[in-house]
Amino acid sequence: MSPRSKRLRKVINPPLIKGFKPYGPEAVKEKKEAVNLHFEEYEALRLCDYDKYNHHEASGIMGVSRPTFTRIYSSARQKIALAFVEGRQIAIEGGKVYFDSDWYHCTSCKCFFNNPEKDQKVENCPLCGSNSVAEAESEAEVSTAEMKADECADFCVCPQCGYEQPHRHGKPCSHQVCPTCNEHLKRKSSPNSQQFRHREGKKH
Amino acid sequence: MKVAITSTGNSHKSLIDPRFGRCAYFVIYDTETKVIAFIPNKARDAEEGAGPQALQQVASHEVKKIVSGEFGMKIKPLLDSLKIQMIVVKDPDKRIMDIMEMLDH
Repeated sequence: MSPRSKRLRKVINPPLIKGFKPYGPEAVKEKKEAVNLHFEEYEALRLCDYDKYNHHEASGIMGVSRPTFTRIYSSARQKIALAFVEGRQIAIEGGKVYFDSDWYHCTSCKCFFNNPEKDQKVENCPLCGSNSVAEAESEAEVSTAEMKADECADFCVCPQCGYEQPHRHGKPCSHQVCPTCNEHLKRKSSPNSQQFRHREGKKH
Repeated sequence: MKVAITSTGNSHKSLIDPRFGRCAYFVIYDTETKVIAFIPNKARDAEEGAGPQALQQVASHEVKKIVSGEFGMKIKPLLDSLKIQMIVVKDPDKRIMDIMEMLDH
């Protein structure tokens, strides 16, 4: 049976360069096969380590599930480690991706359009030529906004003074500090107890 | 520069078609020479994959922009990689002549 086809991964910024080459006397001596880093792995690395999104947010931006994102990310790290240790070249190419471009909205003729030439700035509407263009909210931004709403469902609480702040996925409560009494925060309703309650409710 | 517009009929008074893959006609409009060509969409009644098939017909005319009411899921990444600009017009009462006038700005 053929494996399940992969979902297309959204890449917002393609890399500026095609790859990396090692240097030094050892690197010149013997030519080794290059490590092929896929575009989606590059994008995962960029979102996670450069833009500092957590896996949950980054997976939404790339249009894949959180576990899939983590798999792509760990594969990227393994490939980079392999290239570093064995002194191999890195070639960034391939992968099941599509390049998403930014969308704009013209307020005078009410049309939407994208910008295929990323290097050039959009100033005029391509349809009516007016300069009243604004950036349209992309689907990725909408989905992250929706995710943020989900994240507010639970709270981090200070055990001393009862200070509350909305909990965010991937940011452990114990790493947050209460602004008034410098105490480490705790989850208001721990996820385990919540699941337990949920299950009990189903029984009845 | 050539622009493709999706049309419901083969006259310049026809309305814009809100779909890309299953529109009736494509209007290929050259903004420099003002030449208009109507080509019937062969992929109109395709079972599936009408978008990519329709795009093949349009892309052979070397258009730089496509004006339509909506672009499907399969077509957006293709157009991005071909560097063709998508212009989405949400107003279904626009006629082909209106669009051409706006393009002349």
